[in-house]
Amino acid sequence: MIQRLLYCLVLLLAFLAPPAAAEVPKPAVAIANPGQCVAPADVMRRSHMDMLKHQRDRTLRQGERGAKYSLNACIECHASKDSGSVLGGKENFCEGCHSYVAIKLDCFECHQPKAMKTAGARP
Amino acid sequence: MATHIAYRELGNRSAFWTLFLLAGVFVAAGLVAHVVMEHHGHVITGMDNRIVWGLPHVFAVFLIVAASGALNVASTASVFGKTIYKPLAPLSGLVSLCLLAGGLAVLVLDLGRSDRMIVAATQYNFKSIFAWNIFLYTGFYAVVGVYLWMMLEKRFNKYSSAVGTAAFIWRLVLTTGTGSIFGFLIAREAYQSAIMAPMFIAYSLAYGTAIYLIVLMIACRIEARPLGDEVLRRLKNLTATFVAASLYFCAAHHLTNLYFTRNHAVEAFILVDGGSITQSFWLGQVLIGGVLPLAFLLAPGVTRCRILAACMAIVFGGLCQMYVTIIGGQAWPMDLFPGYSATSSFADGVIQQYSPGLWEILLAFSGLAIAALLMVVALRVLRILPERLDDAPQEVPLGDAPQEVPLGDASRDPAQHPR
Amino acid sequence: MSKRGSDTGMSVGAGPDSGRRAFLGTGVGIAAATGVLAIAPGIGLIEIAQARPAGELASSKVRWGLLIDSRRCKSECQACAKACAKENAVEPGSGRPSQNSQWLRKIDLKDKVTGREVSLPMMCQHCAKPPCVDVCPTGASMQRADGIVLVDRHICIGCRYCIMACPYQARSFVHEPLHAQNPEVPRGQGCVEGCTLCVHRVDKGQQPACVQACQDSGGGAMLFGDLNDPTSDIALRIASVASSQVRADLRLNPAVRYQGI
Ligand code: SF4
Repeated sequence: MIQRLLYCLVLLLAFLAPPAAAEVPKPAVAIANPGQCVAPADVMRRSHMDMLKHQRDRTLRQGERGAKYSLNACIECHASKDSGSVLGGKENFCEGCHSYVAIKLDCFECHQPKAMKTAGARP
Repeated sequence: MATHIAYRELGNRSAFWTLFLLAGVFVAAGLVAHVVMEHHGHVITGMDNRIVWGLPHVFAVFLIVAASGALNVASTASVFGKTIYKPLAPLSGLVSLCLLAGGLAVLVLDLGRSDRMIVAATQYNFKSIFAWNIFLYTGFYAVVGVYLWMMLEKRFNKYSSAVGTAAFIWRLVLTTGTGSIFGFLIAREAYQSAIMAPMFIAYSLAYGTAIYLIVLMIACRIEARPLGDEVLRRLKNLTATFVAASLYFCAAHHLTNLYFTRNHAVEAFILVDGGSITQSFWLGQVLIGGVLPLAFLLAPGVTRCRILAACMAIVFGGLCQMYVTIIGGQAWPMDLFPGYSATSSFADGVIQQYSPGLWEILLAFSGLAIAALLMVVALRVLRILPERLDDAPQEVPLGDAPQEVPLGDASRDPAQHPR
Repeated sequence: MSKRGSDTGMSVGAGPDSGRRAFLGTGVGIAAATGVLAIAPGIGLIEIAQARPAGELASSKVRWGLLIDSRRCKSECQACAKACAKENAVEPGSGRPSQNSQWLRKIDLKDKVTGREVSLPMMCQHCAKPPCVDVCPTGASMQRADGIVLVDRHICIGCRYCIMACPYQARSFVHEPLHAQNPEVPRGQGCVEGCTLCVHRVDKGQQPACVQACQDSGGGAMLFGDLNDPTSDIALRIASVASSQVRADLRLNPAVRYQGI
């Protein structure tokens, strides 16, 4: 019984997966301040979460300010030209890629996804 | 000798499916409630910044406390060598594990960030009694799990008393830990007392044994397995003793508090003019959960019906007790400035009202349902309930020294349990 | 785990009784002050402390604290509470008022015997030995080396045990999703929060928003500074005038002190 179910499942996946993946377009993001990032793109793609995680502990728990890596600094450059946010849709930097790779994004449960000016930050 | 006891899975199909579906509906409702609460946040509940622990905690703590008490029958068999309880021991371990699972599930589902269980499981602050409890609970699972295994696997029966002793000690520590969650709160007038821990142990014995008896009686009834009067008589006397002990601790707690002038106000709130808290205390905890079961269990001419009713009353009383302890303790304002009366926009100096919303009620009840569901399924697939519990050991003298009693042995009929 | 443990361990010794230590060297101070000017020119604030230079960690040589003079605090005045809510974007939610977060609230007191009335702001007291940090199962409630008590929302599971443990009713639980946070003050649903002593401002060399507002509104009832620096205004004041800690009987050694109660 279980075997048969598994077999069906595998068949179903084999049938569905490739065309579905082909249909999802690569995210096309347009960011507000393009330029030099803190590390090369391939490093950033692979390791940005580690950098952020390492830095979050140093900033919050040890009080380090003005460090090289900072989520707010990410947002300042990478927020969308139109909405000023890294969230919102496929063309927004964080959400676009995270929904493409289907990985849950937890930062913005608490962090403000908009750049300082758009969010109306105090100096 | 334990090898003589024949255990069998539940055979009554229709009863199994009825119970399964009934419990399943409540479990499903609880899960839906959790999803809704997680989506909207606790804003849709009756909880707020003063009553931060609501009805789900009432049920969860009750179940956790009862879980350790439900192990009592097994401990009596293994640790104190009461042979008559031997056939009852595996069920005791099972009820205990299921109750704990139900309680913990509710606790976890009520977290603000229950999606972060992995954090709770990997990062510990060892000064926190809460973190210790996480270890106590998982350890309890391991110890009682092994204990069950030793009891059910004939080859290992000889170890069951050693493991049983370990389980016994573990669960005393566990209940101490649960009681201390409240006892360690320095700032809350209603708690901060070392008596919380022993008091919780007394409560746990009463609640756990009561739930155990309910499960045992219902299971034997629907399976039409014989359940002897002698077994029941002893169990109900045990229960009555625990209820009496709970009442004693409760009285001692409140009397000590009344001795200190600074505690008069909070005691007056709980005992006299606390509205639903006062009612829960006198009507629920003391009358229905204490006096009534004592009368039912001890008055002459006790019937099975009365025992069942008494146990249900104890469960109800237990929930009321948790309500008084948890909700009452939070509703009472903390005295930041002794000698002053305080007012603010944050409910300083105000006795906070709590009325649970639909979602948290569903979530709370799902704890009981999860425990029930697990029990029903486990009893159906595992050989835990003895085939018969009639009074074969009638010849055991009432002073009962540990004695070899081939319980159930006489009826061993190969046709009844095909392998 | 051990890293977090040592954070807390280090800072527990940060209480005033662990000895007053010299403040940052002057060289660092000047560098820091110019740093502030360079980063944010033209802010009309009284710089009470120096911003910590980039990369430097909070130090246990400092212990930030407040002195609140309840005699200068008027019951009608809500300047501090309003400034706090604005600075930290703590807005009323869609639920019942008792579900709204309040990092700082005004309490009106009346002596039950004499009838004397007092008003004062109440917020996280930034205890030297915070019960919330003791009870937190994951270590999310934590204390920075400079004594500021914070919630690490990255690992807070929302169990609310810290709210139960806090003797000052100073913490709130976020009851619903949030969207309008100040970028410098992250906060969100399902976590517990409380006064951060405006840690994001203090690190820039500014005063907490409540203190600033109290000053600007002419109240002058709040004084912020380093309790460990014997030459700071606050240390000089508490060394010379009578002040007290709320629930001093609990021996938590709060960093917030009050005059006039
Ligand atoms: S609510 Fe968060 S900060 Fe508070 S005790 Fe629980 S995990 Fe720690």
